[in-house]
Amino acid sequence: MKLKGRKISGGKARGIALVSQKPLSFLGGVDPKTGVIKDTESDIKGESIKGKVLIFPRGKGSTVGSYVIYQLKKNGVAPAAIVVEEAETIVATGAIIAGIPMVDKIDISKIKTGQLVEVDADKGEVYIEE
Amino acid sequence: MYLTKEEELILAGEYGYALQKAMEILVALGEIYGADRLIPIKSAQVAGVSYKNIGDAGIEFLRDFVNSGAKVSVYTTLNPAGIGDEFFMEKQREILELYKAMGIEITSTCTPYYGANLPKFGDHIAWSESSAVIFANSILGARTNREGGPSSLAAAIVGKTPNYGLHLEENRKATVIVEVEAKLKDFADYSFLGYYLGKNLKNDVPYFKNLKPEKLDYLKELGASMAATGSIALYHVDGETPEYKYAIEDKLEKIQVEEKDLEEVKEKFKIDWSEIDAIVIGCPHASIQEVKEIAKLLKIREKPPKIPVLITASRVVKALADTLGYTEVIERYNGKIIADACLIVSPVENWHRGIATNSGKASFYFSSFGLKVRLEDTEKLILEAP
Repeated sequence: MKLKGRKISGGKARGIALVSQKPLSFLGGVDPKTGVIKDTESDIKGESIKGKVLIFPRGKGSTVGSYVIYQLKKNGVAPAAIVVEEAETIVATGAIIAGIPMVDKIDISKIKTGQLVEVDADKGEVYIEE
Repeated sequence: MYLTKEEELILAGEYGYALQKAMEILVALGEIYGADRLIPIKSAQVAGVSYKNIGDAGIEFLRDFVNSGAKVSVYTTLNPAGIGDEFFMEKQREILELYKAMGIEITSTCTPYYGANLPKFGDHIAWSESSAVIFANSILGARTNREGGPSSLAAAIVGKTPNYGLHLEENRKATVIVEVEAKLKDFADYSFLGYYLGKNLKNDVPYFKNLKPEKLDYLKELGASMAATGSIALYHVDGETPEYKYAIEDKLEKIQVEEKDLEEVKEKFKIDWSEIDAIVIGCPHASIQEVKEIAKLLKIREKPPKIPVLITASRVVKALADTLGYTEVIERYNGKIIADACLIVSPVENWHRGIATNSGKASFYFSSFGLKVRLEDTEKLILEAP
Protein backbone atom coordinates (compact mmCIF):
# COMPACT_ATOMS: atom_id res chain seq x y z
CA MET A 1 0.00 0.00 0.00
CA LYS A 2 1.24 3.48 -0.87
CA LEU A 3 0.44 6.55 1.24
CA LYS A 4 1.01 10.01 -0.19
CA GLY A 5 2.20 12.79 2.09
CA ARG A 6 4.56 15.75 1.97
CA LYS A 7 8.35 15.98 2.12
CA ILE A 8 9.74 17.66 5.22
CA SER A 9 13.31 16.35 5.17
CA GLY A 10 14.67 14.61 2.08
CA GLY A 11 16.11 11.13 1.63
CA LYS A 12 15.03 7.49 1.45
CA ALA A 13 14.98 4.81 4.12
CA ARG A 14 13.50 1.44 4.97
CA GLY A 15 12.76 -0.12 8.33
CA ILE A 16 10.32 -1.72 10.76
CA ALA A 17 7.48 0.59 11.79
CA LEU A 18 7.21 1.71 15.42
CA VAL A 19 3.87 3.48 15.82
CA SER A 20 2.80 5.70 18.73
CA GLN A 21 -0.68 7.19 18.97
CA LYS A 22 0.56 10.01 21.23
CA PRO A 23 2.48 13.23 20.60
CA LEU A 24 6.17 12.72 21.35
CA SER A 25 8.62 14.92 23.23
CA PHE A 26 12.24 14.27 22.36
CA LEU A 27 13.74 16.33 25.21
CA GLY A 28 13.26 14.13 28.26
CA GLY A 29 11.16 11.66 26.25
CA VAL A 30 13.93 9.80 24.44
CA ASP A 31 17.33 8.74 25.82
CA PRO A 32 19.86 10.30 23.41
CA LYS A 33 22.47 7.64 24.23
CA THR A 34 20.36 4.53 23.67
CA GLY A 35 17.41 5.68 21.59
CA VAL A 36 14.98 4.18 24.09
CA ILE A 37 11.68 5.98 24.78
CA LYS A 38 11.62 7.21 28.41
CA ASP A 39 8.47 9.36 28.35
CA THR A 40 6.21 7.80 31.01
CA GLU A 41 3.11 9.04 29.19
CA SER A 42 4.13 7.39 25.94
CA ASP A 43 2.42 4.23 24.65
CA ILE A 44 5.79 3.05 23.26
CA LYS A 45 7.74 3.56 26.49
CA GLY A 46 10.74 1.22 26.72
CA GLU A 47 10.91 0.68 22.94
CA SER A 48 14.08 1.47 21.01
CA ILE A 49 13.68 3.80 18.02
CA LYS A 50 17.08 2.85 16.58
CA GLY A 51 16.80 2.03 12.86
CA LYS A 52 12.99 2.05 13.01
CA VAL A 53 10.58 4.07 10.94
CA LEU A 54 9.24 6.13 13.82
CA ILE A 55 5.60 7.06 13.38
CA PHE A 56 3.59 9.38 15.65
CA PRO A 57 0.95 12.12 15.36
CA ARG A 58 3.17 15.16 16.11
CA GLY A 59 5.99 16.49 18.26
CA LYS A 60 5.54 18.32 21.53
CA GLY A 61 7.61 19.86 24.32
CA SER A 62 10.82 21.87 24.28
CA THR A 63 12.41 23.18 21.08
CA VAL A 64 15.65 21.67 22.41
CA GLY A 65 14.13 18.41 21.16
CA SER A 66 15.59 19.27 17.74
CA TYR A 67 19.10 18.94 19.18
CA VAL A 68 18.21 15.64 20.85
CA ILE A 69 17.28 14.25 17.42
CA TYR A 70 20.69 15.43 16.17
CA GLN A 71 22.44 13.70 19.07
CA LEU A 72 20.52 10.46 18.44
CA LYS A 73 21.92 10.51 14.93
CA LYS A 74 25.47 11.20 16.10
CA ASN A 75 25.19 8.35 18.59
CA GLY A 76 24.00 5.94 15.91
CA VAL A 77 20.62 5.31 17.56
CA ALA A 78 18.39 7.57 15.44
CA PRO A 79 15.30 6.30 13.64
CA ALA A 80 15.80 5.46 9.94
CA ALA A 81 12.91 7.76 9.03
CA ILE A 82 10.15 9.79 10.69
CA VAL A 83 6.50 9.84 9.62
CA VAL A 84 3.96 12.12 11.29
CA GLU A 85 0.44 13.36 10.74
CA GLU A 86 1.29 17.03 11.23
CA ALA A 87 4.86 18.34 11.20
CA GLU A 88 5.76 21.13 13.59
CA THR A 89 8.93 23.13 14.20
CA ILE A 90 10.70 20.90 16.73
CA VAL A 91 10.72 17.56 14.93
CA ALA A 92 10.98 19.07 11.43
CA THR A 93 14.06 21.07 12.40
CA GLY A 94 15.57 18.07 14.19
CA ALA A 95 15.06 15.78 11.19
CA ILE A 96 16.63 18.34 8.83
CA ILE A 97 19.76 19.03 10.87
CA ALA A 98 20.19 15.31 11.54
CA GLY A 99 19.58 14.38 7.89
CA ILE A 100 16.75 11.95 8.71
CA PRO A 101 14.13 11.48 5.96
CA MET A 102 10.76 12.80 7.19
CA VAL A 103 7.28 12.89 5.69
CA ASP A 104 4.08 14.44 7.07
CA LYS A 105 0.37 14.50 6.17
CA ILE A 106 0.11 10.72 6.51
CA ASP A 107 -2.87 8.93 8.07
CA ILE A 108 -0.85 7.00 10.65
CA SER A 109 -3.77 4.72 11.58
CA LYS A 110 -3.01 2.89 8.30
CA ILE A 111 0.35 1.69 9.63
CA LYS A 112 0.91 -0.93 12.35
CA THR A 113 3.95 -1.50 14.53
CA GLY A 114 6.10 -4.30 13.09
CA GLN A 115 5.22 -3.72 9.43
CA LEU A 116 8.09 -3.19 6.99
CA VAL A 117 7.89 0.36 5.69
CA GLU A 118 9.79 2.25 3.01
CA VAL A 119 9.89 6.06 3.11
CA ASP A 120 10.75 8.04 -0.02
CA ALA A 121 10.77 11.50 1.52
CA ASP A 122 11.80 13.25 -1.70
CA LYS A 123 8.53 12.09 -3.26
CA GLY A 124 6.68 12.44 0.04
CA GLU A 125 5.64 8.78 -0.15
CA VAL A 126 5.38 5.93 2.35
CA TYR A 127 5.08 2.30 1.15
CA ILE A 128 3.81 -0.39 3.46
CA GLU A 129 4.91 -3.88 2.47
CA GLU A 130 2.00 -6.28 2.99
CA MET B 1 6.68 28.39 -1.55
CA TYR B 2 8.40 30.63 -4.10
CA LEU B 3 12.20 30.71 -3.96
CA THR B 4 14.50 33.10 -5.84
CA LYS B 5 17.28 31.70 -8.02
CA GLU B 6 19.82 32.43 -5.33
CA GLU B 7 17.69 30.75 -2.64
CA GLU B 8 17.38 27.70 -4.89
CA LEU B 9 21.17 27.58 -5.21
CA ILE B 10 21.61 27.83 -1.46
CA LEU B 11 19.13 24.99 -1.02
CA ALA B 12 21.04 22.90 -3.57
CA GLY B 13 24.21 23.28 -1.49
CA GLU B 14 26.09 25.64 -3.82
CA TYR B 15 27.04 27.91 -0.90
CA GLY B 16 28.10 25.16 1.49
CA TYR B 17 26.63 22.87 4.12
CA ALA B 18 25.69 25.39 6.83
CA LEU B 19 23.73 27.70 4.53
CA GLN B 20 22.08 24.67 2.91
CA LYS B 21 20.92 23.25 6.26
CA ALA B 22 19.71 26.68 7.38
CA MET B 23 17.78 27.09 4.13
CA GLU B 24 16.29 23.59 4.43
CA ILE B 25 14.95 24.52 7.88
CA LEU B 26 13.40 27.77 6.61
CA VAL B 27 11.86 26.09 3.56
CA ALA B 28 10.40 23.23 5.62
CA LEU B 29 8.88 25.67 8.13
CA GLY B 30 7.60 27.83 5.30
CA GLU B 31 5.89 24.80 3.72
CA ILE B 32 4.47 23.59 7.03
CA TYR B 33 2.97 26.97 7.92
CA GLY B 34 1.95 28.02 4.40
CA ALA B 35 4.42 30.84 3.67
CA ASP B 36 4.41 32.25 0.12
CA ARG B 37 8.12 33.25 0.18
CA LEU B 38 11.05 34.23 2.35
CA ILE B 39 11.36 37.82 3.56
CA PRO B 40 14.50 39.67 4.73
CA ILE B 41 14.89 40.23 8.46
CA LYS B 42 16.55 43.12 10.30
CA SER B 43 17.79 41.12 13.28
CA ALA B 44 17.70 37.79 15.08
CA GLN B 45 17.62 36.81 18.74
CA VAL B 46 18.79 33.26 19.29
CA ALA B 47 17.73 30.97 22.17
CA GLY B 48 19.40 27.69 23.05
CA VAL B 49 22.30 29.17 25.00
CA SER B 50 22.21 27.61 28.46
CA TYR B 51 24.08 24.34 28.89
CA LYS B 52 21.20 23.20 31.11
CA ASN B 53 18.85 23.49 28.13
CA ILE B 54 20.82 22.41 25.08
CA GLY B 55 23.21 19.97 26.77
CA ASP B 56 25.88 18.05 24.91
CA ALA B 57 23.47 17.49 22.00
CA GLY B 58 23.33 21.22 21.36
CA ILE B 59 27.08 21.69 21.73
CA GLU B 60 27.72 18.93 19.25
CA PHE B 61 25.37 20.49 16.73
CA LEU B 62 26.82 24.00 17.18
CA ARG B 63 30.38 22.72 16.87
CA ASP B 64 29.63 20.86 13.64
CA PHE B 65 27.82 23.94 12.34
CA VAL B 66 30.76 26.24 13.14
CA ASN B 67 33.20 23.79 11.58
CA SER B 68 31.17 23.80 8.38
CA GLY B 69 31.49 27.58 8.18
CA ALA B 70 28.20 28.82 9.64
CA LYS B 71 28.10 32.65 9.87
CA VAL B 72 25.17 34.91 10.60
CA SER B 73 24.32 37.46 7.92
CA VAL B 74 22.18 39.84 10.02
CA TYR B 75 22.67 41.45 13.42
CA THR B 76 22.14 38.71 15.99
CA THR B 77 22.04 38.65 19.79
CA LEU B 78 21.77 35.80 22.29
CA ASN B 79 19.48 34.62 25.05
CA PRO B 80 20.71 34.41 28.66
CA ALA B 81 23.34 31.89 29.69
CA GLY B 82 23.11 29.60 32.71
CA ILE B 83 25.29 29.54 35.80
CA GLY B 84 26.49 26.48 37.67
CA ASP B 85 29.54 24.63 38.99
CA GLU B 86 32.95 24.61 37.34
CA PHE B 87 32.06 21.83 34.91
CA PHE B 88 28.86 23.63 33.93
CA MET B 89 30.63 26.97 33.44
CA GLU B 90 33.27 25.34 31.24
CA LYS B 91 30.51 23.97 28.98
CA GLN B 92 28.74 27.34 29.10
CA ARG B 93 31.87 29.17 27.93
CA GLU B 94 32.26 26.68 25.10
CA ILE B 95 28.72 27.39 23.90
CA LEU B 96 29.27 31.15 23.94
CA GLU B 97 32.53 30.74 22.02
CA LEU B 98 30.73 28.70 19.35
CA TYR B 99 28.05 31.38 18.92
CA LYS B 100 30.75 34.05 18.81
CA ALA B 101 32.52 32.11 16.07
CA MET B 102 29.34 32.44 13.99
CA GLY B 103 29.52 36.22 14.28
CA ILE B 104 26.81 36.55 16.93
CA GLU B 105 27.03 39.26 19.60
CA ILE B 106 27.23 37.25 22.79
CA THR B 107 25.23 39.72 24.84
CA SER B 108 23.19 37.12 26.67
CA THR B 109 19.90 38.62 27.69
CA CYS B 110 16.16 38.12 27.30
CA THR B 111 15.84 41.93 27.12
CA PRO B 112 18.01 42.74 24.09
CA TYR B 113 15.74 45.77 23.56
CA TYR B 114 17.27 47.51 26.61
CA GLY B 115 20.61 47.49 24.86
CA ALA B 116 22.17 45.93 21.81
CA ASN B 117 19.11 44.98 19.78
CA LEU B 118 16.16 47.37 19.52
CA PRO B 119 13.89 46.82 16.50
CA LYS B 120 11.56 49.55 15.31
CA PHE B 121 7.92 49.53 14.30
CA GLY B 122 7.18 47.30 11.34
CA ASP B 123 10.60 45.60 11.23
CA HIS B 124 10.53 41.92 10.32
CA ILE B 125 12.75 40.01 12.73
CA ALA B 126 13.28 36.35 13.71
CA TRP B 127 13.42 36.16 17.46
CA SER B 128 13.22 33.30 19.90
CA GLU B 129 12.71 33.78 23.66
CA SER B 130 9.00 34.03 24.19
CA SER B 131 9.14 37.10 26.47
CA ALA B 132 11.25 39.06 23.97
CA VAL B 133 8.99 37.93 21.11
CA ILE B 134 5.84 39.20 22.79
CA PHE B 135 7.59 42.48 23.79
CA ALA B 136 8.85 43.09 20.25
CA ASN B 137 5.46 42.35 18.68
CA SER B 138 3.23 44.10 21.20
CA ILE B 139 5.20 47.05 22.60
CA LEU B 140 7.53 47.83 19.70
CA GLY B 141 5.28 46.78 16.81
CA ALA B 142 8.06 44.76 15.19
CA ARG B 143 7.02 41.47 13.58
CA THR B 144 8.21 38.03 14.58
CA ASN B 145 6.85 34.54 15.06
CA ARG B 146 7.75 32.59 18.18
CA GLU B 147 10.92 31.02 16.85
CA GLY B 148 12.81 28.17 18.48
CA GLY B 149 16.61 28.17 18.87
CA PRO B 150 17.46 26.37 15.62
CA SER B 151 14.91 28.23 13.50
CA SER B 152 16.10 31.67 14.67
CA LEU B 153 19.68 30.59 14.04
CA ALA B 154 18.73 29.40 10.54
CA ALA B 155 17.07 32.77 9.89
CA ALA B 156 20.13 34.61 11.21
CA ILE B 157 22.41 32.68 8.85
CA VAL B 158 20.25 33.13 5.75
CA GLY B 159 19.11 36.63 6.76
CA LYS B 160 15.52 35.72 5.95
CA THR B 161 12.46 34.10 7.48
CA PRO B 162 9.37 32.46 5.96
CA ASN B 163 6.53 34.92 5.50
CA TYR B 164 3.67 33.54 7.62
CA GLY B 165 2.01 34.03 11.00
CA LEU B 166 2.68 37.34 12.72
CA HIS B 167 4.64 38.72 9.76
CA LEU B 168 1.28 39.12 8.01
CA GLU B 169 -1.02 42.04 8.78
CA GLU B 170 -4.15 39.88 8.95
CA ASN B 171 -2.77 37.63 11.68
CA ARG B 172 -1.99 40.60 13.94
CA LYS B 173 -5.66 41.44 14.53
CA ALA B 174 -7.15 40.84 17.96
CA THR B 175 -9.08 37.58 18.41
CA VAL B 176 -10.52 38.20 21.88
CA ILE B 177 -11.31 41.26 24.02
CA VAL B 178 -10.17 41.08 27.63
CA GLU B 179 -11.98 43.50 29.93
CA VAL B 180 -9.91 43.87 33.05
CA GLU B 181 -12.22 44.49 35.97
CA ALA B 182 -9.70 43.50 38.62
CA LYS B 183 -7.76 46.47 39.98
CA LEU B 184 -4.10 46.17 38.99
CA LYS B 185 -1.82 48.34 41.06
CA ASP B 186 1.68 46.91 40.91
CA PHE B 187 4.14 44.67 39.05
CA ALA B 188 2.95 41.47 40.72
CA ASP B 189 -0.67 42.15 39.72
CA TYR B 190 0.42 42.09 36.08
CA SER B 191 2.16 38.78 36.81
CA PHE B 192 -1.08 37.33 38.20
CA LEU B 193 -3.08 38.55 35.21
CA GLY B 194 -0.54 37.24 32.69
CA TYR B 195 -0.24 33.88 34.44
CA TYR B 196 -4.03 33.48 34.49
CA LEU B 197 -4.58 34.50 30.85
CA GLY B 198 -1.77 32.35 29.47
CA LYS B 199 -3.48 29.36 31.06
CA ASN B 200 -6.97 30.33 29.91
CA LEU B 201 -6.53 31.74 26.42
CA LYS B 202 -5.41 29.62 23.49
CA ASN B 203 -3.32 30.76 20.57
CA ASP B 204 -5.07 34.13 20.83
CA VAL B 205 -4.25 37.78 20.21
CA PRO B 206 -5.87 39.45 23.24
CA TYR B 207 -7.02 43.08 23.18
CA PHE B 208 -7.03 44.60 26.66
CA LYS B 209 -9.56 47.17 27.79
CA ASN B 210 -9.39 49.10 31.09
CA LEU B 211 -5.68 48.55 31.38
CA LYS B 212 -3.68 51.63 32.36
CA PRO B 213 -0.18 50.39 33.21
CA GLU B 214 1.82 52.93 35.19
CA LYS B 215 5.11 51.53 34.00
CA LEU B 216 6.46 49.83 30.89
CA ASP B 217 7.89 47.13 33.16
CA TYR B 218 4.33 46.08 34.00
CA LEU B 219 3.55 45.41 30.34
CA LYS B 220 6.85 43.56 29.95
CA GLU B 221 5.83 41.24 32.80
CA LEU B 222 2.25 40.81 31.59
CA GLY B 223 3.54 39.60 28.22
CA ALA B 224 6.28 37.41 29.66
CA SER B 225 3.84 35.66 32.01
CA MET B 226 1.22 35.08 29.30
CA ALA B 227 3.89 33.72 26.97
CA ALA B 228 5.26 31.41 29.67
CA THR B 229 2.00 29.80 30.76
CA GLY B 230 0.52 29.85 27.26
CA SER B 231 1.46 30.35 23.63
CA ILE B 232 0.52 34.01 23.20
CA ALA B 233 2.98 36.05 21.11
CA LEU B 234 1.13 39.36 20.59
CA TYR B 235 -1.36 41.49 22.52
CA HIS B 236 -2.83 44.95 22.17
CA VAL B 237 -3.75 47.42 24.89
CA ASP B 238 -6.46 49.99 24.19
CA GLY B 239 -4.84 53.43 23.93
CA GLU B 240 -1.38 52.13 24.81
CA THR B 241 0.30 49.86 22.27
CA PRO B 242 1.24 50.90 18.72
CA GLU B 243 -1.23 48.76 16.73
CA TYR B 244 -4.33 49.02 18.91
CA LYS B 245 -6.20 51.30 16.47
CA TYR B 246 -6.11 48.71 13.70
CA ALA B 247 -6.47 45.64 15.86
CA ILE B 248 -10.23 45.20 15.90
CA GLU B 249 -12.14 44.48 12.70
CA ASP B 250 -14.88 42.04 13.51
CA LYS B 251 -17.13 41.52 16.44
CA LEU B 252 -15.06 39.63 18.96
CA GLU B 253 -15.72 37.40 21.91
CA LYS B 254 -15.31 39.24 25.22
CA ILE B 255 -14.06 37.89 28.49
CA GLN B 256 -13.97 39.66 31.83
CA VAL B 257 -11.21 39.18 34.38
CA GLU B 258 -12.32 39.92 37.92
CA GLU B 259 -10.45 39.90 41.22
CA LYS B 260 -11.72 36.42 42.01
CA ASP B 261 -10.25 35.00 38.79
CA LEU B 262 -6.78 36.03 39.95
CA GLU B 263 -7.31 34.61 43.44
CA GLU B 264 -6.46 31.07 42.33
CA VAL B 265 -3.04 32.15 41.07
CA LYS B 266 -2.42 34.19 44.22
CA GLU B 267 -3.33 31.21 46.40
CA LYS B 268 -1.00 28.90 44.50
CA PHE B 269 2.03 31.08 45.26
CA LYS B 270 1.56 31.97 48.94
CA ILE B 271 4.40 29.92 50.38
CA ASP B 272 5.52 31.04 53.85
CA TRP B 273 8.80 32.94 54.19
CA SER B 274 10.19 30.11 56.38
CA GLU B 275 10.41 27.94 53.24
CA ILE B 276 12.10 30.60 51.08
CA ASP B 277 15.88 30.79 50.75
CA ALA B 278 16.33 33.45 48.05
CA ILE B 279 14.57 36.41 46.46
CA VAL B 280 14.84 36.45 42.67
CA ILE B 281 13.91 39.58 40.71
CA GLY B 282 14.51 40.21 37.03
CA CYS B 283 12.47 37.77 34.97
CA PRO B 284 12.53 39.04 32.26
CA HIS B 285 15.83 40.81 33.00
CA ALA B 286 15.30 43.90 35.16
CA SER B 287 15.25 47.40 33.71
CA ILE B 288 17.36 50.14 35.30
CA GLN B 289 14.16 51.53 36.86
CA GLU B 290 13.48 48.20 38.55
CA VAL B 291 17.06 48.06 39.85
CA LYS B 292 16.76 51.60 41.17
CA GLU B 293 13.54 50.75 42.99
CA ILE B 294 15.14 47.71 44.66
CA ALA B 295 18.11 49.79 45.83
CA LYS B 296 15.72 52.39 47.26
CA LEU B 297 13.63 49.77 49.08
CA LEU B 298 16.72 48.08 50.54
CA LYS B 299 17.81 51.41 52.02
CA ILE B 300 14.37 51.91 53.55
CA ARG B 301 14.52 48.57 55.34
CA GLU B 302 17.90 49.47 56.87
CA LYS B 303 18.86 45.92 57.91
CA PRO B 304 20.01 43.58 55.11
CA PRO B 305 17.65 40.65 54.51
CA LYS B 306 18.85 37.28 55.86
CA ILE B 307 18.25 35.63 52.47
CA PRO B 308 20.05 36.88 49.34
CA VAL B 309 18.37 39.24 46.85
CA LEU B 310 19.38 37.98 43.40
CA ILE B 311 18.68 40.40 40.56
CA THR B 312 19.15 39.18 37.00
CA ALA B 313 19.73 41.83 34.35
CA SER B 314 21.53 42.44 31.08
CA ARG B 315 25.16 43.55 31.17
CA VAL B 316 23.98 46.91 29.84
CA VAL B 317 21.70 47.49 32.82
CA LYS B 318 24.34 46.16 35.23
CA ALA B 319 26.86 48.66 33.85
CA LEU B 320 24.35 51.48 34.34
CA ALA B 321 23.64 50.30 37.88
CA ASP B 322 27.39 50.23 38.59
CA THR B 323 27.83 53.77 37.26
CA LEU B 324 24.79 55.16 39.04
CA GLY B 325 25.74 53.61 42.39
CA TYR B 326 22.83 51.14 42.71
CA THR B 327 25.03 48.04 42.56
CA GLU B 328 27.01 49.23 45.56
CA VAL B 329 23.83 49.74 47.62
CA ILE B 330 22.40 46.38 46.58
CA GLU B 331 25.59 44.53 47.48
CA ARG B 332 25.68 46.20 50.89
CA TYR B 333 22.25 44.72 51.60
CA ASN B 334 22.98 41.06 50.80
CA GLY B 335 22.01 41.58 47.17
CA LYS B 336 23.72 40.83 43.89
CA ILE B 337 23.15 41.76 40.26
CA ILE B 338 23.78 38.72 38.08
CA ALA B 339 24.58 39.97 34.58
CA ASP B 340 23.66 38.23 31.31
CA ALA B 341 22.52 35.04 33.02
CA CYS B 342 19.20 33.52 34.06
CA LEU B 343 18.34 31.32 37.01
CA ILE B 344 15.52 29.54 35.16
CA VAL B 345 18.08 28.13 32.73
CA SER B 346 20.50 27.23 35.54
CA PRO B 347 20.43 24.08 37.73
CA VAL B 348 18.85 26.20 40.48
CA GLU B 349 17.08 23.21 42.05
CA ASN B 350 20.54 22.06 43.25
CA TRP B 351 20.98 25.14 45.46
CA HIS B 352 17.52 26.46 46.34
CA ARG B 353 14.36 24.96 47.75
CA GLY B 354 12.09 27.99 47.92
CA ILE B 355 12.15 31.22 45.93
CA ALA B 356 10.28 34.49 46.36
CA THR B 357 9.77 36.53 43.20
CA ASN B 358 7.60 39.22 41.62
CA SER B 359 7.53 37.43 38.28
CA GLY B 360 4.72 35.24 36.98
CA LYS B 361 7.06 33.73 34.41
CA ALA B 362 9.68 32.83 37.03
CA SER B 363 6.95 31.41 39.30
CA PHE B 364 5.72 29.17 36.51
CA TYR B 365 9.17 27.74 35.74
CA PHE B 366 10.52 27.47 39.29
CA SER B 367 7.42 25.62 40.43
CA SER B 368 7.71 23.29 37.42
CA PHE B 369 11.21 22.38 38.71
CA GLY B 370 9.68 21.40 42.05
CA LEU B 371 10.66 24.54 43.97
CA LYS B 372 8.35 26.30 46.43
CA VAL B 373 7.39 29.74 45.17
CA ARG B 374 6.16 32.92 46.82
CA LEU B 375 4.86 35.49 44.32
CA GLU B 376 4.26 39.06 45.43
CA ASP B 377 5.19 42.61 44.60
CA THR B 378 8.73 44.00 44.77
CA GLU B 379 7.95 46.36 47.64
CA LYS B 380 6.58 43.60 49.86
CA LEU B 381 9.38 41.21 48.91
CA ILE B 382 12.10 43.64 49.88
CA LEU B 383 10.47 45.23 52.92
CA GLU B 384 8.98 42.08 54.47
CA ALA B 385 11.68 39.49 53.78
CA PRO B 386 13.17 38.06 57.01
